Parts: sequence; structure tokens; C-alpha cells
Amino acid sequence: MPQEYKLLLKHADADDYSNDLECYERHGGYAALRQALTIAPAGDTTPQAQLRKHVLDSGLRGRGGAGFSCGLKWSFVRHPNPKPIYLICNADESEPGTFKDRQIIYKDPHQLIEGMIISCWANHVNLAYIYIRGEFTEGAKILNTALAEARAKGYLGKDIVGSGHDLEIHVHRGAGAYICGEETGLIESLEGKRAYPRIKPPYFPAALGLYMCPTIVNNVETLCNVKHIVEMGAEAFAKLGTPNNTGTRLVSLSGDVKNPGYFEIETGKVSLGELIHNENFGGGLREGRTLQAVIPGGSSSKVLKAGEIFKLGDEEIALLDVPYDFDTLMKIGTMSGSGAIIVIDDSRDIVECLTNIAEFYAHESCGQCTPCREGSLWMKKALHRMTHGEARADDPDYLKHIAQNIQGRTICAFGEACAWPVLSFVEKFRDEFEAKAAVKK
Amino acid sequence: MSFAPSKNLQHEVAELISHYPDGESRSASLMVLHAIQDEAGYISTEAMQWAAGEIGIKPLNLYELVTFYPMLREKQPGKFVLKVCRTLSCAMAGSKELHENLCDKLKLDPNAHGPQTTADRKFSIEFAECLASCGTGPVMMCNDDFHEAVTEAKANEILEGCK
Repeated sequence: MPQEYKLLLKHADADDYSNDLECYERHGGYAALRQALTIAPAGDTTPQAQLRKHVLDSGLRGRGGAGFSCGLKWSFVRHPNPKPIYLICNADESEPGTFKDRQIIYKDPHQLIEGMIISCWANHVNLAYIYIRGEFTEGAKILNTALAEARAKGYLGKDIVGSGHDLEIHVHRGAGAYICGEETGLIESLEGKRAYPRIKPPYFPAALGLYMCPTIVNNVETLCNVKHIVEMGAEAFAKLGTPNNTGTRLVSLSGDVKNPGYFEIETGKVSLGELIHNENFGGGLREGRTLQAVIPGGSSSKVLKAGEIFKLGDEEIALLDVPYDFDTLMKIGTMSGSGAIIVIDDSRDIVECLTNIAEFYAHESCGQCTPCREGSLWMKKALHRMTHGEARADDPDYLKHIAQNIQGRTICAFGEACAWPVLSFVEKFRDEFEAKAAVKK
Repeated sequence: MSFAPSKNLQHEVAELISHYPDGESRSASLMVLHAIQDEAGYISTEAMQWAAGEIGIKPLNLYELVTFYPMLREKQPGKFVLKVCRTLSCAMAGSKELHENLCDKLKLDPNAHGPQTTADRKFSIEFAECLASCGTGPVMMCNDDFHEAVTEAKANEILEGCK
């Protein structure tokens, strides 16, 4: 029977676990930091470079959505660097369906802070920020309290733990804009501007990030993993999960399952079907319901239709047998994104589901690029009329046409994020969309 | 009307500006606007003028933020601000019905666009986009308090608790 594997959430939900420093240290907290700070130079290789190599070797991939190698991302920053290097923790958790980072922020903030301190030390960072979404008001307070505790204990400030390294971390609150989760939009926002994403090239954060200095932006879960890589070693970490999909993943499961919630799994060791149906996870659909669709990685990911069979090389794999990892999800044409699965059963009007998503993107487009600003609104309007008995016969094609003209034509990935759901829903549920178009009043 | 910041607010703003490197005080803008809104309930033109002076930027640099970020507001809302999550998982769990019920109770129009405030200025209500608690929908916020799995009975309790 597939089980959870608790690494990041090992303590968070225990009855006797609280989010203060004393409790965290009682459970072995900040030992990994001390361990990291005592790494000895190996020949010409600095302790920091060794640590960065560990993270690269561990295979850790970004948990925010893109799944890019964390060690590789770090390696894009040049050392020694004439400019200050900044690290930002992306705690803007706003991808619809995602509620994993909040578990750590609210219940185990010191785990994140320890991960950040180690990451800052490894990358020669003296000033870091936690960019937290504005609605996590309580979360921001919890983090500030935890940072103050860490400061009082000498984990932050001048000469942390006698290492000679200075480090300060501050909390920076967003104010309700989804686009701040995009790393260059986040950086603009942190600079006190509208969160208009920057164009890459030239504005790769590793070279021209915050204040035009090298900047590393990592997701909450990613930074927590760094602590565990130090603690257990890169090799042991890489043995968790599956090849190229190492470690654990926090999965947010919502929608039409009996037991929605967050689960930690070894990446790729549990299938989509198990996550939905197994008693240790979603517990199946409600009585008498059958599966209609699965959104596998946050609302931006392409939808999967119940009963779909995918060709992987010479083999065929059924939807429910797809292992929940980075690579397989990509091979079947979608992504595991932020690890957020939304389950849709046969009681739902699939066109209405897409309308809800389209409304989200129309609201959240930052307005910088014309195709996205206008297109996201047009898609929402077309879907709105389709769900209000006023569909036009060519609306399904019209929707696809707009979406195709947004993707690839915008500065940031928001263009794809709003186009992909529309393209996949219309393509896979063509009949439902055409039925709407046929019943015009 | 000029803006009269409290001693606390002045102190907090100075502290916030110190969180950013020298010469980068503009970074404090969003945090300063939050601080003003937390104290005054909204961000007036005069408050923006005052804050811009403290930060050393133009008031316009703050105004462009207030008009961009959904959480920031230019008008005084009701004493209790209700935000109901509108996005997919919560919608599937009944957030539209929750919003409708609340509007009915507060004698407001469930189909109105944007935030609305009751005549007695006690409540404001609006939809918000994904509040990141999709497993326990429908969710809503009442000022800074977060409420999960809000049934009709629970919604009534929340309203009654607003005193």
C-alpha cells in the first residue's frame, strides 16, 4: 500500500509540536546549519562550493512550479562576485490548488529559516528576503517572530554561529497579486514597483536580479530541502524518490475527493490514481461519482481526461498509473507544477470549471503584454457567454485561436499559464464545448 | 485634509525602510502602504504624500502600487472586511453559495462587481482569488482571521462574532 514519506512534514502536524525555536531545537533543529558551517575546505574547494555541489548532486529540483535543478540555478551565480548577492524565498504561494508552503510557514517556520541560512551561507549571501503573499497575514507574523528568535540566538546577525559570516533576513509582504510568484515580477515588486515581469535575456536573476545584482529566488519547499540535504547527505537524498526526480514532494490535493489535503510522498513513488483513490491519500471520489478530469499541477497545467492512455516510447500508460513526478508528467504533455492536484468528477460542468480558471487569469494578468492582457479577458468573456446560454457556434475554435496567439508571445510564462488550460480543456472536452455552442437560446 | 501619522506608524515606517540597502528605500513602499492601511483602514492621497516624503520618492510611485495590488484600497471599507475565495477548488466546495448567503444576510447584491459595503459601514464583502487553502474549501477571511470549510452555520457564527 502506498504510504506518505515524511521528511519536511516530519514534525509539523504532531500534537506536541509548536512553531517556536525551543521546540525546533528540541527536535534537532539548527544542527544541519552547525554542520554546514563546519565543513572544512578541501584543497582549493571552499566549504561553500562543496555545499553547492552537494545540492547539485542531490538532484533537488525547484518545487515552485518549473522543476528546474536548484544546484544548476545556484551555479549561474559567479563567485567571487563584485556585487552583493541576494537570496529571496518565494513564499507567494498563489497557484490555484496549492496550499503546501503555508503548512511549513505556519507550523514549522524555523525549518524554512534554517534552510535559508544554509543556502545564504553556501551562496555568499548577506541579505535575504522572504516574499510572502499578502493574505498570509498570520504567516508573516509567525515568520517575524521566528526570525527574531533566530536573531536572539545568533543564527542571524553579525558573525552567525561564530562563522564570520553576517546574514540578515527580512519579511516582505505582497499585496494580492498572483504575478508576484513569477520570479522577475517578484523582484520588481520587492523593489517597490508594479510586479511587471522582466524580459529574459538580459534580466536573468542570477546576473541582473534585485537591484541589478545577482539574485537567487527559491521556493519555500526547495529551501527546506536544502537543510535535509545537509543533514542526510546528497547521496541519501538522491536515493529518495526516483532517478532525476529525487527527494519528496508536498502534494496539495483538492476538489472532488473524499479526503482532500496535503501529503508528502517520495517523488514518483505514488501514482496519480493512488493519490486520488488510495485510503492513505484522497480516499476516492464521493459515492456514485466517476472521474471526469484531473488538473495535475496547479490551474496552469494542462488538464488530463479520465481514461486517457499515453504513449511513453514503446509503452502505454493509463492516466491513473502515471507516477507523480516531474518527468513523466512532462512526457504526457502536462506538468506537476507546484504539486497541486485538482480532481473533477462527473457531476461538474467542465466548461464552468474552465470559466472559473479563465476568470482567475483575466483578473491576474499584470497587463504588461497585449496578447495576455487582452486575450485573457477575451477568453473569459467567451467562456462567460458559453456558460450563460449565449454561446456562438465558433466559440470553441475562437477560444483555441486566442490561446494560441497568447502562448509564446509574452514576456513571462503567464501567457502559457492562461493559454494552456484553455487549449487543453477545449481539445480534450471538445464535445462538451460544442454542446454549449449548440444550445444557444 | 492632511494625514497625521501616529508615533507608532512613524516608528514602524522608519524601521521598515531600514530593512533595505542604502539607496534602495523605494523597496519599502509595499510594506509602508500595508502599515498605513493597517492603521488607517485605507490609503488616502494625503497618506501617500506623507509616505512618499518619508521614503524619498514621488507620491505617484505609491499611487501606481495602490492601483495595481488588489489588497490595497483607496477608500475606507467597513469595520469587518469579508473576503470569500472565488477560485476553482473553493468554487467546487460552494464558495459562490457562501458569498450569496453572506450578501443576502448583509442585504447586498451578490452579483455586484468588486467590493461592497453595508449602509451601516460595518461590513465589506468581496471575492478574492485563490487564498491557498484549497483542501478545506470554501474558505474566507474576516479581516486578518482565516476561516476554513465555512458552512452556512459557520458563516453565521463568523458574522455574529463581528462586534
